[in-house]
Amino acid sequence: MLRLKDIHVEFPGKTGAVYAVRAASLEVADGEVYGIVGTSGAGKSTLLRTVNLLQRPTSGEVWLDDVELTRLPERELRAVRRRIGMVFQHFNLAASRTVHDNIALPLLAAGVPEDKIRQRVPELLALVGLSDKEFVKPGKLSGGQKQRVGIARALATEPSVLLCDEPTSALDPESTESILQLLSEVNRRLGVTILVISHELAVIKSICHRVAVMTDGEIVEENGVFELFAHPVHDFTKELVNRSLELELPERVRQSAPGTLLRLVYRGESAEAPILSQAVRELGVHINILHGHIEYIDGRPLGVLIVGLEGSTAALTRTVVFLRERVARLEVLRHG
Amino acid sequence: MGDLDLSVLLSDLGKALWETLQMSAVSLVVALLLGLPLGFLLYLTRRGLLLQNRLVHFLGGIFVNFVRSLPYVILLILVLPLANLVTGHTTGPISASVSLSIACIAFYARLVEVSLSEVGKGVIEAARSTGASNWLIVKEVLFPEALPGLVRGFTVTAISLIGYSAMAGVVGGGGVGFLAINYGYYRYETGVMLVTVVVLIVIVQAIQVLGDWSAARIDRSR
Repeated sequence: MLRLKDIHVEFPGKTGAVYAVRAASLEVADGEVYGIVGTSGAGKSTLLRTVNLLQRPTSGEVWLDDVELTRLPERELRAVRRRIGMVFQHFNLAASRTVHDNIALPLLAAGVPEDKIRQRVPELLALVGLSDKEFVKPGKLSGGQKQRVGIARALATEPSVLLCDEPTSALDPESTESILQLLSEVNRRLGVTILVISHELAVIKSICHRVAVMTDGEIVEENGVFELFAHPVHDFTKELVNRSLELELPERVRQSAPGTLLRLVYRGESAEAPILSQAVRELGVHINILHGHIEYIDGRPLGVLIVGLEGSTAALTRTVVFLRERVARLEVLRHG
Repeated sequence: MGDLDLSVLLSDLGKALWETLQMSAVSLVVALLLGLPLGFLLYLTRRGLLLQNRLVHFLGGIFVNFVRSLPYVILLILVLPLANLVTGHTTGPISASVSLSIACIAFYARLVEVSLSEVGKGVIEAARSTGASNWLIVKEVLFPEALPGLVRGFTVTAISLIGYSAMAGVVGGGGVGFLAINYGYYRYETGVMLVTVVVLIVIVQAIQVLGDWSAARIDRSR
C-alpha cells in the first residue's frame, strides 16, 4: 500500500512561494494501476516525484506499507528506492552505456554480484521483448525500444511499485499501444503496483483501475476509471471527459435529418441491452442512428449515440420516456 | 641576425623539448589527479545536485577564479616560495611545474564542471531513482556520459599549458617556448626562433589532433 498524506510542494518564486502541489492525498492499493491525469503544469510530475523523494515535499508524509519514507535518512531511502522503480517520459538512459549497463545500474546499486547481474539482465530483456539488443547503445534504438529498456531498468530489482512519468508521451501511437500493453502485463503477471501520470485520458482509460484528476496543484476528484468517465463531478473532469466522449453531428446532417434528435449516453448494462430495437418493435417509431461511439473502460461499455426518431407525436413522447428510463443520460437535441 | 648554427640549435632544441615534456607531463598528471576531482566537486555541490553544498561550491569557485584571473607570470612568481618548498629549487622545469600545475588544476576544473553540466539532468535523476549511491552515479553515469567533453577539455588544457610553459622559462624553467624567446627575442636569431615556433605549432597541432580523435572515437561508440 502506497499512501501520500497531505503533500505540499512549494518552490521559491520571485513573488513568494509558488505551490506546485497543494494538500494532495491518495492511497494506492497493492496490485492496483492508479492514474493521475491533468493538464501539463498541474503538478502531477512533481507529486509523482515525491513518492520516491526525488522531490522532497515541503510538508506531508509518504508511506510505503508501514514505513514513512519522508522520515528516512538518505542511506535507508536509497534502499527503499530499490523497491520503487521509475519510468520516465524521455527514457533517461545513459547514451554512453549499453542497454546491458543501463539495466545493470540498479542491480549494482543493490549490491548484486557480477555473475548474478549477467544472468538477470537477459531475463529482464526477455520480459520486455528486447533479447537481441543487450549490447547495443540506446542511440540505436527506437523510442518504443528505449522505453522498454527504461521499464526493464525500473523492474531490475523486482520493485513492488512502479512510478511512470508520462511513459508514452514521447512515443508514436503504435509504440504507445505496445508500451501500455507491456505495463498492463507487468501489473498482471508480476503483481507490480503502478502509479502512472499522463495528460492523455486515453492512457488512463486503457490501463488504470482508479484515477485522480489534478488541476492547479490539487487533486480535485478521484474515482474508479469507469465511474469517473460515467459520472464526472468536478467541472474540470467533466470538461476532460466530455472532450473525449462528446460527439458532434456535422451541421449538414443536423439540418437534413428528419424527426427528433436525441443524444443518448449509455453505460454498463444498458449499453449491452437491445433497448433501441425494443423501442422500434414496441413503440412504433423509426430510429435512425446518426452518430455513435462505444468504448470499453476497464471491461465495461460506455457509449454515446445520436439518433433521429420519427413517428407520431404520441409515439415520440412514449419513446423518449422509455429511453430516459433505460439510459444514463438523454438529451433532446431537437424536437421534430 | 646571427648565423643559424644547426648543431647548437639541435642540442638546445633537444634539451628544451625534454624540459617542455617534463613540465607538461607533471602538470597534466596533477591536473588529472586534482583538477578532475575539483571539477566534479564544483559540479556536484551545485544547487539541487547530489552533494549540494553552498560553502564548498563557493570556496572551490573562489580558488578557481583567483588562479584564473591572475596573469600566469604573476602566479609563477607568487608560488616561487611554494615551489622551493615542494621541489627544493626555484629554477628548472620541475620547480616551474608547481605553478603550471596550479594553473592547470584551476583551468581543467572549470572545463570539467562545464562538461558535467552538459550531462542530462534526467539521466542523473533516473540513476538516483534506482537507489544508486552518489559514487556509483558518478562512476557509472556522470563520468562515462561526460567523457568526450572531459577529453576535449583535457586537450584544451594541454595546449594552454604549452603556452604557459614558455613563460615558465622566465624563472629558468626552460622549454621550447623559452628557447623561442631567448634566441628570437633576446639574441635576434630569427631563424632559431622560427624553427622553435614551427616545433611549437607541430606540438600543439599534434595534441589537438590526438584529443579530437580520442573524443570522436568515444562519441562514435554511442
